[in-house]
Amino acid sequence: MAEIRIPTVLRPHVGGAASVRADGATVREVFDALSADYPSLRDHLITDEGTLHRFVNVYRNDDDVRYLDQLDTTVAPTDVISVLPAVAGGF
Amino acid sequence: MARYDSVLDLIGNTPLVSLAPLTASDPSTAGVALWAKLEGQNPGGSVKDRIAKRMIEAAEADGTLAPGATVLEPSSGNTGIGLAIVCRLRGYPLRIVLPQNVSPERRQLLEAFGVDIVDSPGDEGSNGAIRLAEELAAKAEADGEPVVLLHQYRNAANPAAHYETTGPEILADCPEIDAFVAGLGTSGTLMGVGRYLKEHKPGVRVIAVEPPAGEQIQALRSLDDGYVPPIFDPDLLDRKSIVRPLESIEWTRRLAEDCGIFAGLSSGAAVAGAMRVATEMGTGTVVTLLPDAGWKYLSTGAWTEDLDVVVERAQRIIYF
Repeated sequence: MAEIRIPTVLRPHVGGAASVRADGATVREVFDALSADYPSLRDHLITDEGTLHRFVNVYRNDDDVRYLDQLDTTVAPTDVISVLPAVAGGF
Repeated sequence: MARYDSVLDLIGNTPLVSLAPLTASDPSTAGVALWAKLEGQNPGGSVKDRIAKRMIEAAEADGTLAPGATVLEPSSGNTGIGLAIVCRLRGYPLRIVLPQNVSPERRQLLEAFGVDIVDSPGDEGSNGAIRLAEELAAKAEADGEPVVLLHQYRNAANPAAHYETTGPEILADCPEIDAFVAGLGTSGTLMGVGRYLKEHKPGVRVIAVEPPAGEQIQALRSLDDGYVPPIFDPDLLDRKSIVRPLESIEWTRRLAEDCGIFAGLSSGAAVAGAMRVATEMGTGTVVTLLPDAGWKYLSTGAWTEDLDVVVERAQRIIYF
């Protein structure tokens, strides 16, 4: 099972947990499995069109999946998936 | 040439220095030539001098900015310091909206130039500074005050500065470049340099590294409070990855210890990303950009104190 790290802003949707675990061979499958356990989480991750929410960045072991295969990025059981809000960087 | 009419003429043309002591220390990177562009050599001490000068020149050229106006900008420090120099020389009062959780040296430097500092809540990070600056600009407009918000996150002069200067300098000094790695803040450096390199040397990979900033902003109420800079074009990047504070600090130390380069914490993050890319490439040439020098981070204890203590401290400040 992959570990999924949840940002502070989304923790209310997973019972306050900082990280949860879910099965899946791709990011999409992992998110589907998560949504089954935590239904209110799904709308915050994926749009009605089935793409990643504009203000969400998802990383597989620190690599942004938008530059891998988006939601079809493969996930191994040992991978860590980090979900982070897109915020302004320093300047 | 060693004589200049103005300190503004010293902006840019920064040196590219080999990081061979780092790549040579590991067999997986020994076949890669890694070069670092030392932006701390700019007169204001950071890469942001370039965009400060370019944004003021653009605002003057299009008539947005004229004598008598006050320049307003949200900044976690470096852009503010660059603007402070330009505004001093051009005669504009400067108001900087500064998050409370920046390193004290950044605030001290702004004070040295007589900048009017407006604090924004530290727990809102850079998002909070942008929000407050936009509110102040709207109020000034309603009150008829001549205040000009440059807004580096949406100002085309930001990436233009890098398209016109940083990118050409890199390609001239390192025509064999295969990959460019830099930190992602406003995205101006990566957008400007990335566009220039891809237009002039197709095949060059452009890679972004970023801190896990979204983990640290406690005041984020919902994802809709998020922010993506309007100047950011995701298609210009080939890859984007996180570098965490521990790795940033470790590589900042390695820069000093192995290369004699005293750089800021975001430089350590850039080098961490560049070394990852070098490991994967095995052979070739990588250029990375070190945004500033270490002077403004001495208070973090990054080079001298226990690593765990420094990492914990770094998680509470904006260091990009």
